[in-house]
Amino acid sequence: MNTFPWLTTLGVVPLLGAVVVMLVPKAKATVAKQVALVVSLATLLLTVLMALQFKANSGSAFQFTEHANWIPSFGISYSVGVDGIALVLIALATTLVPVVILAGWNDVEPGRGSVKGYFALILVLETLMIGVFAATDVFLFYVFFEVMLIPVYFMIGRYGGPQRSYAAVKFLLYSLVGGLFMLASLIGLYVVSGQHTGHGTFDYLTLAALHMDPNVQKMLFLGFFFAFAVKAPMWPFHTWLPDAAQQSKSGTAVLLIGVLDKVGTFGMIRYCLPIFPAAASFYAPVVIAMALIGIFYGAYVALTQKDLKRLFAYSSMSHFGFIALGIFVFTSIGQSGSVVYMVAHGLSTAALFLTAGFLFQRYRGSQQIDDYSGVNKVAPVMAGFFLVAALSSLALPGMVSFIGEFMVLLGSFQRYLWVGAIATFGIVITAAYVLRVYQRTMTGSLAEGLSGMKDLSGREVTALFPIAALTIILGFFPAPLLNVINPAVHRVMTSIGMVDPAPTVAVSGFEGTAK
Amino acid sequence: MNPIMASAPALFTIRSVDYRAISPVLIILAVALVSVFVEAFVGRSARRPVQLVLVFGAFLATFIDLITLHATRLVTAAGSVAVDGPALVMQGAIILLAALAAMLMAERMVDPSGDPFAARASSLPGSVDEAEFSARGYFQTEVWPLLLFSVAGMMLFVSANDLLLMFVALEVMSLPIYLMAGMARRRRLLSQEASLKYFLLGAFASAFFLYGMALTFGFAGSVNLGSIADAVSAKPSQSGLLLLAVAMLSIGLLFKVAAVPFHQWTPDAYQGAPTAVTALMATTVKIAAFGALMRVLYVAFGGIRWDWTPMLWIVAILTMVVGSVIAVTQSDIKRMLAYSSVAQAGFILVGVIAVSGKGLASVLFYVIAYGFATIGAFAVVSVVRDASGEATHLSKWAGLGKKSPVTGAVLSLLMLSFAGIPLTSGFIGKFAVFSAAIANGATWLVIVAVIASVVSAFFYARVIVLMFFSEPTEATASVVVPSAFTTIVIAAGATVTVVVGIAPQPLLDLVNNAGLFLR
Repeated sequence: MNTFPWLTTLGVVPLLGAVVVMLVPKAKATVAKQVALVVSLATLLLTVLMALQFKANSGSAFQFTEHANWIPSFGISYSVGVDGIALVLIALATTLVPVVILAGWNDVEPGRGSVKGYFALILVLETLMIGVFAATDVFLFYVFFEVMLIPVYFMIGRYGGPQRSYAAVKFLLYSLVGGLFMLASLIGLYVVSGQHTGHGTFDYLTLAALHMDPNVQKMLFLGFFFAFAVKAPMWPFHTWLPDAAQQSKSGTAVLLIGVLDKVGTFGMIRYCLPIFPAAASFYAPVVIAMALIGIFYGAYVALTQKDLKRLFAYSSMSHFGFIALGIFVFTSIGQSGSVVYMVAHGLSTAALFLTAGFLFQRYRGSQQIDDYSGVNKVAPVMAGFFLVAALSSLALPGMVSFIGEFMVLLGSFQRYLWVGAIATFGIVITAAYVLRVYQRTMTGSLAEGLSGMKDLSGREVTALFPIAALTIILGFFPAPLLNVINPAVHRVMTSIGMVDPAPTVAVSGFEGTAK
Repeated sequence: MNPIMASAPALFTIRSVDYRAISPVLIILAVALVSVFVEAFVGRSARRPVQLVLVFGAFLATFIDLITLHATRLVTAAGSVAVDGPALVMQGAIILLAALAAMLMAERMVDPSGDPFAARASSLPGSVDEAEFSARGYFQTEVWPLLLFSVAGMMLFVSANDLLLMFVALEVMSLPIYLMAGMARRRRLLSQEASLKYFLLGAFASAFFLYGMALTFGFAGSVNLGSIADAVSAKPSQSGLLLLAVAMLSIGLLFKVAAVPFHQWTPDAYQGAPTAVTALMATTVKIAAFGALMRVLYVAFGGIRWDWTPMLWIVAILTMVVGSVIAVTQSDIKRMLAYSSVAQAGFILVGVIAVSGKGLASVLFYVIAYGFATIGAFAVVSVVRDASGEATHLSKWAGLGKKSPVTGAVLSLLMLSFAGIPLTSGFIGKFAVFSAAIANGATWLVIVAVIASVVSAFFYARVIVLMFFSEPTEATASVVVPSAFTTIVIAAGATVTVVVGIAPQPLLDLVNNAGLFLR
């Protein structure tokens, strides 16, 4: 097969780009931005080229694999590779980065910190995001997982809103708590693998093939799951998210919620299930309960928010409930749906936060919902994009999020009728707060300060258009997505020894429309 | 076989000493003596260059000597000196770190008065004499012989295979440091208080060690670690005497590593001492003390590990928790680093508790990684100044990263290493120590350590917040441009932290190949 180191190249390009951006003289901030944009587009192009060579039904667990010893004393290697799930998430990340760079072109006012620093941090973060999804050595994954915090910490802390350092520290400490418990589990896993195979290893496939004692699994699972639940974030470990979202720049929030938080749910399906299958089924009822509470709690709190970004943060928490639910009902449809939902949520989050960011910039940076109304009178294009984003968030049929949400619910019904039934009500609340926000900000009579507000500029439309287009195209034509995801999900199901409940009419009918 | 008896006059025999194997210590001691004579006979203006050549020449020669000795594994001088892998690795680390600390001591560009040390340590603070000496532009150079004696003591401390020799080495190491701690040029009263406190508590701890040694002798009839181990395994029934002896010896050594509850001297000594001396205390002394602690516990009392590990569990938990929690409340960077060093000592104790070859190797790795990061951090502290001298109060650090991005970035990196963020040496150290502990069943201890790490991350992150996320104010200190000496130290600290963080295998090989203690 091809031996070109696709994933390493993909990771190195943004990193080199960040170095170049930092080397640009301070006075030429525009050049730094242009370099960042070109580098991120090049990375996207590389991703597309790589994805075209991905073989959906290749039979091997990972493709584009690379392997090199890193710290042999601890059995640690630099091993990367992607399955369908990792591939779509990498594609999500590399798609959103240029969008965020373009949208955040003027986010850093001169004098409010180094302009090139912000764009360099975005590129560094892109490298780490690619790495975290591509790693097939659990230690390597952990390294990316933890190091990712540092650029985000600086992006919130240096460039965020008035309460930025509080939000940044809260974010860092919450994540570190999760990460360090994961470290304890990781070391435990290493020691257990040493007992099983004679020499400790972090190789994912070796670890997934271990038959660990269920009681050991139950302990180690907790460390991993806790880290992922904080990251995702699931109720009740979510309290850092609203502050981080509220205080960070829209671009930072997009990368944080749209991509980074997916690492949490990605970690559950990649690590928690296949490595600790017995523990996963043992804890599944608890996780499903947490997910259900998250769906309703997030949606309910979102209803009461006055700050638009906090509202989006709580709404995301509700969506993460759906994603986690799909993973832990242990059905193929549910898990595939979760992965689709991750992509969909990344896109809709980006559209919401970026449109909102454009809106705030036009009215003294206020994030209060009450300060806005009747925007569609003066800025119809902006209102249009906001509507698409909002409808995507409430999973209107025709949007890719509908595919995800519907599959998750279907998977839940298959396994536990009542869980599915309860979760379905979450959709209603989601529709309530999303439509209410649209109605209050975009329709009605024009708010006083907004007269003369400019509609979206060409740059802003260029940034938003690809997201809106993808949301709709994948909504009508999800086959490319499902084709690469399904084999990977099938492998996860096999590794946890689960089979789908007997198919029903609804399932086959649904697959007919999807393909 | 009994060294104490053998040295009695009636049975006097000349024991063969492998001078080659102990030559590193001898070189340092010889140069230290020469250095004393330089103080007496060389003219005032020439003293400093001569001393610097002597000191750095001695360190260089010793380091080369250690490299040529790297494969040596023997016990010599009537069984009282063990030249083994762990001792050689620690001696090498001590030499390197002492050389870096010496560079901080030699720095003259940072303090406007020209030197970090008092013109005459004997003059009373605020006295006419002091003003006179300063006005005449006197600088003192007595720190150099003191430094060399102290380093010789440390090197002997980590290879002493005999409690008596260990005690002598302990004092040779400590006494010069007590003196140096009191020699700061500015804030002299604070410095002298630090010195006195360190000395008194140190003397107290030495007394514990001596008492423990006497009890051990009562139990084993010997002070040689190997003979003690034989006696311990020969008497299966445990005696209270033995346990008391272990406790007393441990207290003496835990004092030096600054473990809770024997840590009270640390913040005052770290804050008051000249920063260069603090750097020496925080790095080399810590390495030496952990070396001696492990040698005593592993070699002499390895047979009754189940009796002393519970004690160490309690000490380790207290050290991690108290160190981390109290560090959160500090408002002075040197005191914060002092409590951080207490917390770090707790993490290292987790590795000691593993009582295994892996544990030993992980502790070696940790103290070396920690040593380089710490010396870099103190070097940064020494260049952040305002009109009153070093600006150690944290409020003066607000916005420093915006005024001096490079300095801020380096210190942030070192803080991230202390906090154990991946791709820094501190993370690999924590990983090594924790994995050794879990492999030996100390899972709950590691979970406590993980929680303490989170607490410690808070105050390390706070420094970054202050430097980068706060706006500079009127009171914000500025970074003085130092000479090459301090620059080298800062660069070395940062480089080792990153390189060992990304490619730790060479250092891991070094500590893994060091093997076990000889007896």
